[in-house]
Amino acid sequence: MSILSEAQAKAILTKVVGFSKADECTAQLIGAIRGNVRFARNDVSTAGITDNIELSVQVAFGKRIGTATINQFDDAALERVVRRAEELAKLAPENPEFMPAVTKQTYMKTDTFSASTAGIDAAYRAKVATDSIGPCRAEKLIAAGYLEDQAGFVAFMNSKGNYGYQTSTSADYTCTVRTEDGRGSGWVGHNVQDVANFNAGEDIRVAMRKASASAEAKALEPGKYTVILEPAAAAGLIAFMMFFFDARSADEGRSFLSKKGGGNKLGEQVYGPQVTMFTDPAYPGAAVLPWDDGDNLPRKKMPIIQNGKLVNMNYSRFWSQKQGKPEQAQFGNIIMEGGTKSTADLIRTTERGILVSRTWYIRMVDPQTVLLTGLTRDGTFYIENGQIKYPVKNFRFNESPVIMLNNVEEFGKPVRVKSDESDMVMVIPPMKLRDFTFTSLSDAV
Amino acid sequence: MGVGGLVLPSMFGKVIAAEELSSAIDVAVKKALADAAMNAAKSAGASYCDVRVGRYLRQFVITRERNVENVVNTESTGVGIRVIANGAWGFAATNDMTKEAVAKAAGQAVAIAKANAPGQSAPVQLAPVTGVGEVSWRTPIVKNSMTVPIKDKVDLLMGVNAAALDAGASFIRSILFLVNEQKYFASTDGSYIDQDVHRIWAPMEVTAVDKATGKFRVREGLSAPMGLGYEYLDGAASGKTVLPNGVIVYGQSYDMKEDAVAAAKQAMAKIKAPSVKPGKYDLVLDPSHTWLTIHESVGHPLELDRVLGYEANYAGTSFATMDKLKANFQYGSDKVNIVADKTQPGSLGAVSYDDEGVKTKKWDLIRDGKLVGYQAIRDQAHIEGKTASDGCAYADSWSNVQFQRMANVSLEPGKAKLSVADMISNVEDGIYIIGDGSFSIDQQRYNAQFGGQLFYEIKKGKITQQIEDVAYQIRTPEFWNGCAGVCDASDYRLGGSFFDGKGQPAQVSAVSHGSSTARFNGINVINTARSLG
Repeated sequence: MSILSEAQAKAILTKVVGFSKADECTAQLIGAIRGNVRFARNDVSTAGITDNIELSVQVAFGKRIGTATINQFDDAALERVVRRAEELAKLAPENPEFMPAVTKQTYMKTDTFSASTAGIDAAYRAKVATDSIGPCRAEKLIAAGYLEDQAGFVAFMNSKGNYGYQTSTSADYTCTVRTEDGRGSGWVGHNVQDVANFNAGEDIRVAMRKASASAEAKALEPGKYTVILEPAAAAGLIAFMMFFFDARSADEGRSFLSKKGGGNKLGEQVYGPQVTMFTDPAYPGAAVLPWDDGDNLPRKKMPIIQNGKLVNMNYSRFWSQKQGKPEQAQFGNIIMEGGTKSTADLIRTTERGILVSRTWYIRMVDPQTVLLTGLTRDGTFYIENGQIKYPVKNFRFNESPVIMLNNVEEFGKPVRVKSDESDMVMVIPPMKLRDFTFTSLSDAV
Repeated sequence: MGVGGLVLPSMFGKVIAAEELSSAIDVAVKKALADAAMNAAKSAGASYCDVRVGRYLRQFVITRERNVENVVNTESTGVGIRVIANGAWGFAATNDMTKEAVAKAAGQAVAIAKANAPGQSAPVQLAPVTGVGEVSWRTPIVKNSMTVPIKDKVDLLMGVNAAALDAGASFIRSILFLVNEQKYFASTDGSYIDQDVHRIWAPMEVTAVDKATGKFRVREGLSAPMGLGYEYLDGAASGKTVLPNGVIVYGQSYDMKEDAVAAAKQAMAKIKAPSVKPGKYDLVLDPSHTWLTIHESVGHPLELDRVLGYEANYAGTSFATMDKLKANFQYGSDKVNIVADKTQPGSLGAVSYDDEGVKTKKWDLIRDGKLVGYQAIRDQAHIEGKTASDGCAYADSWSNVQFQRMANVSLEPGKAKLSVADMISNVEDGIYIIGDGSFSIDQQRYNAQFGGQLFYEIKKGKITQQIEDVAYQIRTPEFWNGCAGVCDASDYRLGGSFFDGKGQPAQVSAVSHGSSTARFNGINVINTARSLG
């Protein structure tokens, strides 16, 4: 039931918009089947499936907005939800920043659905768990992991003629492997839209190797080090920084992208010349919906940072209009350019440094400079003369991604990763960075 | 993994009309759905089944400066069914509120359990619970927030925002966040428990910008999310405490407009305040700050699922391992007494029964500084050697499975009479911290770093000036063993979070933490100021 065909969705939306007597009406259907299996202590701990579909209706009378939702789809229910939204709109105060619904848009094609992911069932999930647990049991290691898969659709229509329908899938696998004595820990993550090439039995070997290799960690003094951040480790810092790419905040003087004396840093060299970042809804392997969540504006490929210069920020429709800028969709994904080297290649050219497998519990310390704090986790190693010498105890860092991206030695080959800090699809390279600031040691394994 | 910040309402369910906020699903209907699910589960081979019929109502009024950005009513209704079959757990949920749909979901849950059973090394063991039949409970509120007219709420926030802007703030964002969880739990143990849970939160963020220097500072509100009705916003004098430096903090009642004016002035003062000199200080921590340190460095590490490794892949494990419980590990100084409590009036976590149908209670975690207990639920109790759950299972939605969540975990006030002024008068070189700020802690809860909203230098027993750029770093056992005193019960207040995150799929829960002002000696303070050139 949760994935309606385009014809089914269009028929419901057409009725809903037709019922409205408001100045404008936008209706949206979202449905998904979400399955998961979670395991820990080398056993499955929970497993489940959730089936949900919702219809939301937003109407406006002048600058007054009301929204209501329902999950029944007979004609009486559809009319009732429209009337409820209209009642709420009449109660709401006017919003001076109200923006009318967009007119008919043209959306690019993006490849967001995979039949193999949509076909995942309880037996598949159980196999992922056993493929992860089995090798760990055999080598006296302990696995704790999680697979979540989702297949769903989104469809919308408004009274100004705009319409869209798209199906999508995703799967996210993570597993932490610990040694029995708790002295070693490793992690692996695999975030994909298509599970055709996913093999938990292969992935688990990465986490197992890191778990075994990270035991017997030595303590290094905190301080500034050359680091190699694996993509999963870099993603958390980059994702956090992207929360603060709002043009309005910058123009209002309360962002790291604000310019002293007023305005923002568009066009300025904010990062090192190696840094280039863009968003592209059709990016192979990291495609997203071709419209944004808020206003259904069409997403398109757009540069954000070019050779270290800031070339785009996120503009709300209201702020675009106020600043005389063309309307643009909010970023749907983040793609960073890199090189061709693997993490292992970056290690080989490092005289002294720290390899960070994963970062953890990243939080803002000072928004003025995007100073972030967080910790390393699940595999931190000392590098000397191009080789991993020994595991080291985890560090707390206090570092700004802006400073970090001004201290780039080299980027490796970008890969798709999912950050703990954000649901945004990201393609991030491994990064070799100088003078990364660790401020204390952690005893945590 | 930890507490979160402000979250957009879209993640909380569908949006509904105002008139539905005072209604509830008929208990007979909920019982019929629960019985249909349990019968189907048993027929399919389940040895145990519980059913949660949930209706989750939330209302948001979101403003910035002189505009109301949105007024949103959301509802999420559905049924979650958890079963044990062949010794393994299975879970399925549906928003289709028909007997046929819940029976089908029950069958899916059993099928999932059976698919996972062959790989299990041992069957699930549940601590016993005696069914309580049909019972009900409601948060003891005075005013149901959901039925207060929208106009009153808009007028309140517009008044708050105007007061802050008139007092010199450059920007203000204020929100009312109101929650009503209508939760019905039934299980094959023979319980049918209907609970009506209410919570309220009124956060704000006041920003001052100095365009000449390009500096900006934010002072967040000093309120706490509470398990109270709209009466929390009455601003009663009995809820106010004036601290020795003149800062006003709040207990069971909040004066939002008064706090907004203070926030505007203090945000401007933060821009000009001198930067802290890093080093070791004695910290005097107000309860509006300490709640978060308790949450991260005591509440989480003493969750048994973390201790056992169930959260190893996401939220992490715990340094407070079971051998430390057996040895009554010296977690803190003898001034440190910490309790878990799912019954505390006005707290976010207060309910009569948890989401496994277990009667809630209060119990010791740390007594005279020694570790004496964890927080455990039904399928973990036997691992700790206990015969009963502590009653701290929770699910944030009908669509998510219940699991172990933190109870209200609080530092007991000192038994001897001690005021905040008296405590400060004995501090030679210290920092007084008010309000919660930045927070981060490692996956075993050893190394943590905390900021705050307001920082004041203490020299020779006197508060000398407001300072900035303060964060302190701790190693949990050393920090709590550095606790040199806790003020008496007259200073006891609650803080808390609406968004304590944990689990996969990630769930949030609301939890309170109480304390009186407390002193911690010899804590490492860093300076967080940086330059982007």
